[in-house]
Amino acid sequence: MSARVRLDHDHVRHLLRQMIRIRHFESKCAELYQAQKILGFLHLYDGEEAVSVGVMEALTPEDAVVATYREHGQAIARGVGMNALMAEMLGKQEGCCHGRGGSMHIFDRKTRFYGGNAIVGGGLPLAIGVALGDKMLGRNAVTACFFGDGAVDEGEFHESMNLASLWGLPVLFVCENNLYAMGMALERAEARTDLARKADAYRMTGVAIDGMDVVAVESAARKAVEEIRAGGGPQFLECHTYRFRAHSMFDAQLYRTKDEVEAWRKKGPIGRFEGWLLKNSLISEEEVHRIEVEADAEVDRAVVFAEAGTPEPVGELERFVTMEAVPA
Amino acid sequence: MTARITYREACRQALREALLSDPKTFLMGEDIGRYGGCYAVTKGLLDEFGEERVRDTPLSESAYVGAGIGAAMVGMRPIVEIMTINFSLLALDQIVNNAATIPHMSGGQFAVPLVIRIATGGGRRVAAQHSHSLEGWYAHIPGLRILAPAAIEDARYMLAAALKDPNPVLIFEHVMLYNNEGELDPAIAEVDIAHAKVRRVGTGVSVIAYGNGLIKALSAAETLAAEGISAEIIDLRVLRPLDTSTLLASVTKTRRCVIVDEGWKSGSLAAEIGMRIAENAFFDLDAPLRRVCGREVPIPYAAHLEDAALPQPADIAAAVRGLVRPA
Repeated sequence: MSARVRLDHDHVRHLLRQMIRIRHFESKCAELYQAQKILGFLHLYDGEEAVSVGVMEALTPEDAVVATYREHGQAIARGVGMNALMAEMLGKQEGCCHGRGGSMHIFDRKTRFYGGNAIVGGGLPLAIGVALGDKMLGRNAVTACFFGDGAVDEGEFHESMNLASLWGLPVLFVCENNLYAMGMALERAEARTDLARKADAYRMTGVAIDGMDVVAVESAARKAVEEIRAGGGPQFLECHTYRFRAHSMFDAQLYRTKDEVEAWRKKGPIGRFEGWLLKNSLISEEEVHRIEVEADAEVDRAVVFAEAGTPEPVGELERFVTMEAVPA
Repeated sequence: MTARITYREACRQALREALLSDPKTFLMGEDIGRYGGCYAVTKGLLDEFGEERVRDTPLSESAYVGAGIGAAMVGMRPIVEIMTINFSLLALDQIVNNAATIPHMSGGQFAVPLVIRIATGGGRRVAAQHSHSLEGWYAHIPGLRILAPAAIEDARYMLAAALKDPNPVLIFEHVMLYNNEGELDPAIAEVDIAHAKVRRVGTGVSVIAYGNGLIKALSAAETLAAEGISAEIIDLRVLRPLDTSTLLASVTKTRRCVIVDEGWKSGSLAAEIGMRIAENAFFDLDAPLRRVCGREVPIPYAAHLEDAALPQPADIAAAVRGLVRPA
């Protein structure tokens, strides 16, 4: 796999389509949340789509992903089916986790998606183990581990970065730096805010990129994954991004100004990429419209599927607390 | 023919057998390799199996326990050692939030077939950050199986059974047991990890204990026998899920029960056991339930203070006498 990003029509259309699918899926989720069909916490990825779409392009189906609690975008970009995802959001038996995980805990064995983890930093040690296990089993797989800037505050981040480097494990650490750990601004939480430099403390390559530019993300991820797969050890990718919406649905956003949000919205990953494609005649208005219509139709089908789903029977409540066997 | 063997050697043989029998098994922990293990359990294994399979880790409990979980999820059979139970608190996030939840939270898509060995308990004069008995906390957590081998045969064979379990299993080895010697019956090649076991048959009172508490309870039973009191000693062995039926069978026979637990009494495993007996056998009891637990203090350094803080055979014997011959 080359580190160069092919900017042919099919590929750029695919990148745009993936970001639009995520955005439209989540817009519907917000509606369903208002309608109280999705309950609990709902953390939207709105504004950060370029990060997971770009990174996933660098991975093969044999690779693994460890995700965060803001992982709808990570899941869709990885190829987790929208039907199973939406059914999970609605707590149905047809959901990928039989309604036990919900928005924050999407797992998908088929795509090697090792879970949305809602303990900030808690996914990093797990990713080390996935990579270690794959390596010991002779698989030439890379584990992409997503986390936010808040995770950098946690001890588990530092322990995991060190162990991954020490043991030369094939992990791509992907930091989605959206500048806020819930409401805690990065500069109020970290003594050193240029996070990519933390990699240097662990003798690891660390690169900071524009996480609002899907091509830049894909390009950096391809280069990193290629080097990791060649046996070069783990790497750290800091993606500068921004979350346009509230942290969750219970957030008055007292910690940031409307002007700041507006300024970032202008740099939004979808609008920016779409504008660039149109300007360079790499896509037509009509085609963009068609992508949007198709995405809406896909989301609508997922909602129909999820709403028609079966509530997981209460009799099954204790199922999977312990397993009868390791799934084949 | 029987062979005498230490508890430590039994644990070591179990690990060696695990490494020999399954190439997917590997060990991970602090100072288990070159140092040979802080209790010398893993001594010699690095030389025999190499650094890939006997992995010394940095002092990063959360990272290497989490690494064990991840490796187990993708098909390996890791055995992680945590030097002492107080250090396991640094990995509590991984054990409770990941290992115990992922099978259920993922709708059964992933199992976590991980074994974690943890040294536990007091008596070695190492004070309040190396001596506690927090296994009762872990026994609170659905999704985990919690074992406490006290007998030599359990030290030798519980690990193999734990490795066959598709779920996370925590094995608590009491630090005062490592030097114990016992006979290993060559006719026994496996043990179950589901049941409590009667270690001494008696008629007058049931004493439920585990870990080093079992050794103390057996010692108390000798003293009591000389006084004409017949105590039945039950080795709990499995702290979660509790084998309530074996406990009830004994208690409904003897009609009296003392529970020994090195952990603190408040919110203890002993409280849970007592409540299960009360719920299920209240009308079979001839006397109130009694507990002999650790005193509610951080375990102190000074020998006489530590001894006073831990349940001792004399305390157990006194509790039994109080039930059998009420003043």
